[in-house]
Amino acid sequence: MNQPAINPPFWLLAELTYRCPLHCVFCYNPVNYASIESELNTQEWIRVMQEARALGAAQLGFSGGEPLLRDDLDVLVAEARQLGFYTNLITSGVGLNETRIASLKNAGLDHIQLSFQDSTQEMNDFLSSTKTFELKKKVAALIKKYDYPMVMNVVLHRHNIPHVDKIIDMALDLGAEYLELANTQYYGWAMKNRAQLLPTREQLIAAEATVNAYREKIGKRCKLLFVVPDYFEERPKACMNGWGSIFLDIAPDGAALPCHNARQLPGLDIPNVRDHSLREIWYESQAFNFFRGDEWMQEPCRSCSEKEKDFGGCRCQAFLLTGDASATDPVCAKSPKHYVVTQAINEALALNHSDKREEHPLVFRTDKNSRLNGL
Amino acid sequence: MTAQYITTTLPDRPKLNRLFRLQWEEVQQAYVLLYPEGMVKLNVSAAEILKRCDGEHTVDALIAELETAFGETNLREPIEGMLRAAFEKDWIQ
Repeated sequence: MNQPAINPPFWLLAELTYRCPLHCVFCYNPVNYASIESELNTQEWIRVMQEARALGAAQLGFSGGEPLLRDDLDVLVAEARQLGFYTNLITSGVGLNETRIASLKNAGLDHIQLSFQDSTQEMNDFLSSTKTFELKKKVAALIKKYDYPMVMNVVLHRHNIPHVDKIIDMALDLGAEYLELANTQYYGWAMKNRAQLLPTREQLIAAEATVNAYREKIGKRCKLLFVVPDYFEERPKACMNGWGSIFLDIAPDGAALPCHNARQLPGLDIPNVRDHSLREIWYESQAFNFFRGDEWMQEPCRSCSEKEKDFGGCRCQAFLLTGDASATDPVCAKSPKHYVVTQAINEALALNHSDKREEHPLVFRTDKNSRLNGL
Repeated sequence: MTAQYITTTLPDRPKLNRLFRLQWEEVQQAYVLLYPEGMVKLNVSAAEILKRCDGEHTVDALIAELETAFGETNLREPIEGMLRAAFEKDWIQ
């Protein structure tokens, strides 16, 4: 593999804001988001989109935080669509009334991904620390009324994974074309809450069996995507399809990131779109070139026959779990640090069978907690 | 060829599924199908077939038009094969 030719970016993720009306315990936004200010303005976002499209990006995700909190969202969607992007709105649904959804349709929005936390009002509202369940169901109906393709996204963890059958039933009732059952990835707020969120292996096996049974039953009606939790795997995920390979994330403050969590990695000189063109950032910046190819790899990755398949796994996870961003992702059974993953699973199991649960409450994603925990 | 392929009945007037958008990509120098969070790069013949899946062309009309356009005969089998594969993948309805 060595130093391969650099392909153009395919995905532009526009994280328009870190502001969010929800307080989800599994959020992957940085824990210190409250200290990251100075959002890009409309003109700056338009320039970012034009440059990314010129580089070859075809998919554009409007995300956050909650992108509907930006009152220029319609303007940005219209510009994106006119540039030829396939435009995806990734939303909690909060703020999506009929006027707004009609206006987004008019602007050319292609698709809406709506998140739910669970199949019941009680769990949805508890996990997001809001009263949003009924509202989300109304938004789902509006998405159908305006004939958008609907992807429903539910982040799975020990509290909702036993309800996976009811979650699928809900997606079918609401007419979703795709249902993403995404097991929690442990970054940001999810990492803070890891011991409370990790499922057990038994829960996971049962959920997979349920999903497979539904796939047999429902055929093409709704496509079920089950994103496995990598802590229970023997090999790491091919994170971002390789560093600086297809994915370009622009954070609310204009930081250009090879993945959502790259900001926390030591040694990276994170470029900002306010200072550089996207062409310079993608092809020339230190940060985007840092983990390209395999020169940076250590053993066991360096001599591994699978290194071109998984690229050594996730750099952020390697850093979070081993303290070394260049180490093999410890999810890999070949990693000398694989035991830290096994330990995390066992600790979560022990905590949830003990009387100490009360002493480890879930930390909700709030501005106050961000200021307390993020510094 | 599997039994399933043989039994697949094609729609009379195939139409691109509304979940997909067919578009020329300058950087890739290729037609692509875009859908929620994904993309398929198409070869020339697949793109020419899918461009005509507009809900108006019948399968026969589509074949006749492509045979004329490419100055060839006997395209029925490969075109119907491609359409069946596209139908299985839900690209057309």
